[in-house]
Amino acid sequence: MTELFDWVRLIPLFPFLAFAIILLFTQRNQKLSTYLAWVGIGLAWILGWTIAFRAMADPHVLEEGFRAPIFAIPTGRGLLELGFQVDALTTAMLFMVPFVCLMIFIYSKGYMHGDPRYSRFFAYVSLFATGMLGLIVSDNLLLLYIFWEVMGLCSYLLIGFWFEKPSAMKAGLKAFITTRIGDVIMFLGMLLLYSTTGTLSFHEIFSEETLHFLKETMVWVPLVGTVPVAPVIAILLFGGAVGKSAQFPLHVWLPDAMEGPTPVSALIHAATMVSAGVYLVARMFPIFALLPETASMSVVAFIGGFTALFAATIALAQDDIKRVLAYSTISQLGYMIAALGVGAYVAATFHLITHAFFKALLFLGSGSVIHGAGTQDMMEMGGLRKKMPITFWTFLVGMLALAGVPPFAGFWSKDEILAHAFEEFLHKGVASWPFFVWLVLSLGALLTAFYMARQVFLTFYGETRSHHMHAHESPKVMTYPLIALAVFAALLGFAGVPEEFPVLGPLFGHNFFHHVVGHAYPATPLNWGVMGLSVLLALTGLFLGWVVYGRNPLKHGQPDPLTKLGPMYTLLRNKYYIDEFYSKVIVRPAVALATLLFRFDNSWVVDPFVNLVGKVGVWLSDLGRIFDLNIIDGIVNGVAAVTAWFGKILRLTQTGKAQNYLLVAVLTVLLLLGLYLYLPM
Amino acid sequence: MDFPILTVITFVPLLGSLIVLCMPKERERLIKQFSIAVSFIPLILSILLWVNLDKDAGIQFEELVAWIPAIHVNYHVGADGLSVPLIFLTALLTTLSLFYSSFTIKNRVKEFFFLFLLLEMGMFGVFVSLDFVLFYVFWEIGLVPMYFLIGVWGGPRREYAAIKFFLYTLVGSVAMLLAIIGIYLNTGTFDIIQAAALRPFVENFTLGALAFWAIFLAFAIKVPMFPFHTWLPDAHVEAPTAGSVILAGILLKLGCYGFFRILLPMFPEQFHYFAPVVAVLAVISIVYGAMVSMAQWDLKKLIAYSSVSHMGYVMLGLAAAAFALGSKDMLTSQAIAMNGAVFQMFNHGIITGALFFLVGVIYERAHTRDLKAFGGLASKVPYYYGIMLVAGLASLGLPGLAGFWGEFFVFRGTFAIAPVYAAVGVIGIVFTAAYILWKVIQHVFLGPFNEKWADLRDMDTYEKITLWPLVGFMVLFGLYPPLIVDTINAAMTRLLSGLM
Repeated sequence: MTELFDWVRLIPLFPFLAFAIILLFTQRNQKLSTYLAWVGIGLAWILGWTIAFRAMADPHVLEEGFRAPIFAIPTGRGLLELGFQVDALTTAMLFMVPFVCLMIFIYSKGYMHGDPRYSRFFAYVSLFATGMLGLIVSDNLLLLYIFWEVMGLCSYLLIGFWFEKPSAMKAGLKAFITTRIGDVIMFLGMLLLYSTTGTLSFHEIFSEETLHFLKETMVWVPLVGTVPVAPVIAILLFGGAVGKSAQFPLHVWLPDAMEGPTPVSALIHAATMVSAGVYLVARMFPIFALLPETASMSVVAFIGGFTALFAATIALAQDDIKRVLAYSTISQLGYMIAALGVGAYVAATFHLITHAFFKALLFLGSGSVIHGAGTQDMMEMGGLRKKMPITFWTFLVGMLALAGVPPFAGFWSKDEILAHAFEEFLHKGVASWPFFVWLVLSLGALLTAFYMARQVFLTFYGETRSHHMHAHESPKVMTYPLIALAVFAALLGFAGVPEEFPVLGPLFGHNFFHHVVGHAYPATPLNWGVMGLSVLLALTGLFLGWVVYGRNPLKHGQPDPLTKLGPMYTLLRNKYYIDEFYSKVIVRPAVALATLLFRFDNSWVVDPFVNLVGKVGVWLSDLGRIFDLNIIDGIVNGVAAVTAWFGKILRLTQTGKAQNYLLVAVLTVLLLLGLYLYLPM
Repeated sequence: MDFPILTVITFVPLLGSLIVLCMPKERERLIKQFSIAVSFIPLILSILLWVNLDKDAGIQFEELVAWIPAIHVNYHVGADGLSVPLIFLTALLTTLSLFYSSFTIKNRVKEFFFLFLLLEMGMFGVFVSLDFVLFYVFWEIGLVPMYFLIGVWGGPRREYAAIKFFLYTLVGSVAMLLAIIGIYLNTGTFDIIQAAALRPFVENFTLGALAFWAIFLAFAIKVPMFPFHTWLPDAHVEAPTAGSVILAGILLKLGCYGFFRILLPMFPEQFHYFAPVVAVLAVISIVYGAMVSMAQWDLKKLIAYSSVSHMGYVMLGLAAAAFALGSKDMLTSQAIAMNGAVFQMFNHGIITGALFFLVGVIYERAHTRDLKAFGGLASKVPYYYGIMLVAGLASLGLPGLAGFWGEFFVFRGTFAIAPVYAAVGVIGIVFTAAYILWKVIQHVFLGPFNEKWADLRDMDTYEKITLWPLVGFMVLFGLYPPLIVDTINAAMTRLLSGLM
């Protein structure tokens, strides 16, 4: 057994090798590059699933985890140990990540066909897979952070993959900088955790002693005062999740990230990387839940719930097929975050997994539409159902899963979140976060069904609204992955059917997913009322969508019926003007400040002062020269002049006549004699 | 007696430079090849030095010979886990600089290579000296060749830049000389190790503080720390490519090294007392340097200012370690901070060295460094783009590349000791990402292609050869940091335990 789990080290290594080989050697050979990337992710998938399924049958690994150290860095007299691990959460992720990656890698061969930087695309996505796989097998926060940033880099490179387009180039930068703001906050959280507990290793942090220690420890926070340390760590770490999982207020980068090739949107900006933020919160959940009455949980619940509803409203008024899905992703990530905020750990993880499958499916489907129709604007589409049947049917499955229609995957996971929030609300009353979460998520479910119905009807029903559209079905290399993902989107929900559910519950292993991931958490009891309401809301949303867009499909030149909402529609369409606000209030002032500081440095204060010192030096030495010339030299010359004057006078005595000298001698002798006689001795 | 490896490393370049001096100046090829060959000797020896270093043993490879016995001045050299990586860095960057310059320097070849080898000796000398007078002599020797390298082979404002560099450094040196004499009069020795053990001015805090600030000034100018940094953008912008590489890669490290080898061991009490001041200056250097970088439109000046920011990390780690002197349970955090600082010194050498080479590559072709003049070069010069991207990412501290570890350890160590400084300092990380990706990568490489550069040629083989080793180290130490941290950590732990 142990030997197999030891191989977890290789999982991120395979795609990394593919990345390195493609980048260094096979850039010119597109075919070879494709196969290398496929082999890399394929091996990771085989090994990943082997390990995942073995772990599912091994309660010891699920409960205790298995650790495979890599290396240690000395820290004074101690060590910082880094390694990989397999545990319950990793197992769940290992089921999803490599498979979705593999499907998208296969699909990309068709979608990226003919691109001049085709090989580089496969290099980048392989590096990305390294990052995501590394992240889920890391056994400590530092290594997780490293892979987290590697993914950020790949996201930057792939969003700006078509960097000749200024919009793509700007979107890449925006994504990197925005997420980095979150990352810096997370970095601080990591530093606080590390310096408080002295470790970043998960199993040490979550040991009883450390958790107990964290419970007791207080920390002084500027402006806030002395507070328990655990919620501070949690909220700082959550900053990273807000950036990566595109939660309000750092969500602005994700819709722009749709500038990247569609497989990238599916892989990075729907299924895997953006859910890393949720994964982080789930991974660090014991810290978040350590003091549940402090701000750590309510902040998470509020941000998640707010984002879920807020992004869903924006999705209503977007015309770009990918942007609708992007806002939908933000909204669904909000569901997961909110779920964690009300303590629904298992439900959140479950939704993470199911969402990855159906959202990847929807994105790949939209990519297939774009590939076939040649546009991203839903207002130009219409009637694609007949021309692209496989795309249509698979897209429909994804849409029903997202809308939460039973028995598709999204229904089970979303319902579990709602049920848990409701359960908590019953415990805590109306003035509680669970109530807020339950309310906004239920409302969000309605909106989700509506905007998805809108998307499906606009894209696939009615007649085409563009004259130059010659849509065709995509090649098999693209449709097969759609079918595979659709199977999971339809059936995966059965892994998490509530235990009490008649027939299905016992049939699918008494909530199998909960047994894998949630050994430490009680199962959410089945609530028929909540379930009924959520189904009702989903169907209502779909029905409304049909009323507005399906009954009388939009014709060419007709405006979107939603424009009747007036200013509300304008506000939604412009995403509440948040981008404009950030640009005016943050970006431009920061750039202006930088320019100002440079002037301060170069023209106004610092360097002028240095030059002033230099000038004063020159001036002083000039002064010295004048002093030297007039005073010092003057003294020297003066002395010389005085000497000369004396010399002139004395010269008069130098007559050269012996008589005069004799006279002087006689007079001197007489004078000395006189002095000798008269002076008293 | 053992093989005097440090003496050989230090003086082989001098010997080489003297031989170059005797060569006929029209034999340029021979001069170039000979100089490069000579520089390989210290490079290989420095690798041997690192391999043979017993990291737990403190100062090693010592040589002690009386030099001016009347005033107890000795020729005392030695190395430990602090200096060995820097000696290796010096040897590596010098060889690469000579190699690169052999293709780009066209006028006064003989003088250039003569001065460069002389410079190498000066730098080695500083890193191996364990006697104050010897240290000072090497410190000053390094100044002269760099003055001429900027002044003769530099850009349009080379004379202003050269004299500013020279005078500014000299001001610091004079202050240091006074302090050295003071320390001698107080302790009766010029030996750095002995003097540190005796703790000069231990009975008089005020005199100690004066000496501390005098030496601080000399090193802070060299690092450079805000507000003593303005010589740096001028010197870097005007210096020839290889001069900038050495200036940023090694000369700045001389200042940092001085803090570790002299100031901290000799004046721990004063350093502890004044640590908040140093930390504030370091944090200002980090954030302010990054923001001013972001305002640049000259590629070389941008990278020059980024050095101010990156050296701020080194000083922050050091200041944090000094801050916690005397509290017994902080040893781990102190060691981490200092490890980070030394690692950052090494990283900055390879990363900024590479960036200056890369500026040289584009400047040789385009004859401009104006960021607004480029655009869309990524598809035209993909190799250049790739290398620049790696170096830029290393510079902004991307995990997986060497730069990350230095920053991480510095902030980790600092956070445990003085969290507010670390929290403010991390703002620099965001701005660093902004100026690298926005100013450099986006303006030069992305967006629509600027047709003006239709004839731009990608990197030549010699340029690739120059950059490969640097990129290699960024990746190697990024993926497997214990390779270097093992060495540094032992030296830092030893240093700190001596101060407790």
